[in-house]
Amino acid sequence: MYALPSPPPPAPQRQVLVGVSLAVAAAVMMAGSMLAVWALQRREAIDFEGSWLPDGVTIPEVPTNVMLLAFIGLCVFGQWAVYSANNDDRGHTVLALGCTFLVGILVINAQAFVYTQMGLGIADGTYAAMFYAITGFFMLLMIAGLLFTTVTAFRFIGGRTADRELLVAHALFWYAMSAIYAGIWFLVYVTK
Amino acid sequence: MTTIESTPEAVVAAQSGADDDAVTWLDRFIDVFTSTDHKVIGRHYFFSGLAALLAIVVINVLIGIERLDGTDTVLDIEVIPQLLDAQRVGLVFGVMLPLAMAIAVAFVPLQVGSRSIVFPRLAFAGFWMWLGGAVITVVALVNNGGTLGGDSDMVDLFIVGLGLMAIGLLASAGSVATTILTTRAPGMTMRRVPPSTWSALVFSLGIVLVMPVFLGTLTYLFLDHRNARTGFGGNEGILTWAGWIFTQPATFLFALPAIAMLVEIFPITFGKRTPARGVMFFGLGLVGLAALAGVTQQNLQNLPWSGSQLSTSDLDEKARDLVPYLIFNALPVLGVLLVLLVALQIARPTDGMKVNISPAVFFGFFGFGMVLVGMLGNLLYAIDDAGVQGTVFEEGSLVYIAYGAALGAMGALVHWAPKLWGRTINSVVAIGLAFLGVAATILATFPLYIAGLLDQPAGVAYDDSDLEIWNILSLVGHGLMAITAVVFVVVMLGALFGRHDDDGVGDDPWSGQTIEWATTSPAPRDNFVDVPVIHSAEPLLDLRDAATAPTDGSAS
Repeated sequence: MYALPSPPPPAPQRQVLVGVSLAVAAAVMMAGSMLAVWALQRREAIDFEGSWLPDGVTIPEVPTNVMLLAFIGLCVFGQWAVYSANNDDRGHTVLALGCTFLVGILVINAQAFVYTQMGLGIADGTYAAMFYAITGFFMLLMIAGLLFTTVTAFRFIGGRTADRELLVAHALFWYAMSAIYAGIWFLVYVTK
Repeated sequence: MTTIESTPEAVVAAQSGADDDAVTWLDRFIDVFTSTDHKVIGRHYFFSGLAALLAIVVINVLIGIERLDGTDTVLDIEVIPQLLDAQRVGLVFGVMLPLAMAIAVAFVPLQVGSRSIVFPRLAFAGFWMWLGGAVITVVALVNNGGTLGGDSDMVDLFIVGLGLMAIGLLASAGSVATTILTTRAPGMTMRRVPPSTWSALVFSLGIVLVMPVFLGTLTYLFLDHRNARTGFGGNEGILTWAGWIFTQPATFLFALPAIAMLVEIFPITFGKRTPARGVMFFGLGLVGLAALAGVTQQNLQNLPWSGSQLSTSDLDEKARDLVPYLIFNALPVLGVLLVLLVALQIARPTDGMKVNISPAVFFGFFGFGMVLVGMLGNLLYAIDDAGVQGTVFEEGSLVYIAYGAALGAMGALVHWAPKLWGRTINSVVAIGLAFLGVAATILATFPLYIAGLLDQPAGVAYDDSDLEIWNILSLVGHGLMAITAVVFVVVMLGALFGRHDDDGVGDDPWSGQTIEWATTSPAPRDNFVDVPVIHSAEPLLDLRDAATAPTDGSAS
């Protein structure tokens, strides 16, 4: 057995932030790969069939644009929570997290509205299967984000106000989600 | 001041937490299969990977028997597509990935001086998801699923199984990467981490980048196959769209921990510090470039220049072909050569050099060599003029890398067995197995290279009876690999469960240089009582040098 010197008290390790960063990187990679395959299939469909969007299907643009604007709010509220925590303002931190949660619900609601308005069946062809795959993955991420926000909020309500790293990770998650949705918005909803 | 005060016996007693008589077999079973100790999770990955190796070697033997006569079928023709699927999926997701993950999960926290792996439940869940996915994949293949399967539901199940394995490996990789990035011992900068830890970091970050791309493609494939079946070519489209993960160069990434075993063990063998650590890290990082093949979903960056076009005309077009070929295929090979260069520098004879041969060095060296030959084969495979695309040459390259990675993982298990079980494996048997393993690998794969150059098509059928001899040799090689795998598992189980009259192997049986050898054998659940401060890349060598310097000035 070797006698190596003992260390001083350990420095903060930022495990949650690093872990969430890796998770976010994985989510961005998955969304990116799905968008890349989407673009490839779209190009092939236009080359061979003349169009990608199936006949009779219309994308409701208002809710998709509202979702994009909502992500600006999500980023602002996420950063507001970090700012408030850094100023030891527990009330505003919880308020910011609550706003984040509500806007997240808004996005899910808007996506559900898009589904109902488009009236597309999942078995209606390649476009439909891919559309539900990519937006379904996005919805899964939104639900994960809402759970993240809820857990973070309850930790602050419960008094663990020193856990600012968690808030930074939370904000990072919503920034990444904004980037993912921006990609979906442009490729799926705008270029169609 | 001391890192560990307790004896191995006391550690084992403390881990059990109660008198042995009061602990039932059920308690032990539950403890083993629900433990979030990274060493236990790593052991699960090891034994599952070795079990998969056994199964895949048997499948390779069956494929070899089928190839003995290229014009006639020995097995039921209906099962051949499933066997070929099982071989490819099994070599990558059953053997290479879990064995690489085993090295990372079991030993990296010990090497960086961490008390545990970060997010241990995530790593734990990752293993069980991978195992569940593996079982589902096997069930699907047995019931006529797979890329050429005839049962639609089983094809869907096959995709689900692949996805579950990918999610599990992704979870464990995230846990490993976070551990390396956040819980290194004080003073252990990234330049001071051991080679295996660095390779585990590159490997796990590569998995974090590559597996989501695979998952995204699988999601499309599943939904399309389940519903429309118009956009992705049905079940045959699985290999078209997701086949890049089952072949080179993506597999280079999965062999990375095995590649690093050479530079992990050589400094211990030759009693030296590792020179040019930056070059070694750069080399291992270059191998990690194979992840690019994954994130871009590419499986072949070929050089499509036929002989008549070997001229200086169309240089722009040729450069466009050459650049991706070099980035995806040649740079990882360059990385391996840099690692080899550092290893040779370590092994260069010097005055007073004492060689401390351990059985792991044979596994490490042979595994490294086999992976390198597989990578070189892939360099040739991508050149159109070589005329080997669509032949069994590619299978030879894959099996070289997979068997080489398995040999490297066996070396890791032999090397670090004292930290897992407090025991070593019989050196003579282990060295014999290393030689048998490398002979088996060469015999199983090199004939496939030759058969590929002689235009034997991929699959099991061929017309030219002159090719039979190469397929017989390959079959013998797979048979020898089966013996290697069986004996290795038996020897490991014997070391784990057999009776031992000795008093243990000691904390540092190989005169190691890194801090995992500072704790007891086996390592306690929390790895270290006090996490030590690190002042160099070889802290234990520093201690030995300091201890011997005042007396005779030579290294012990």
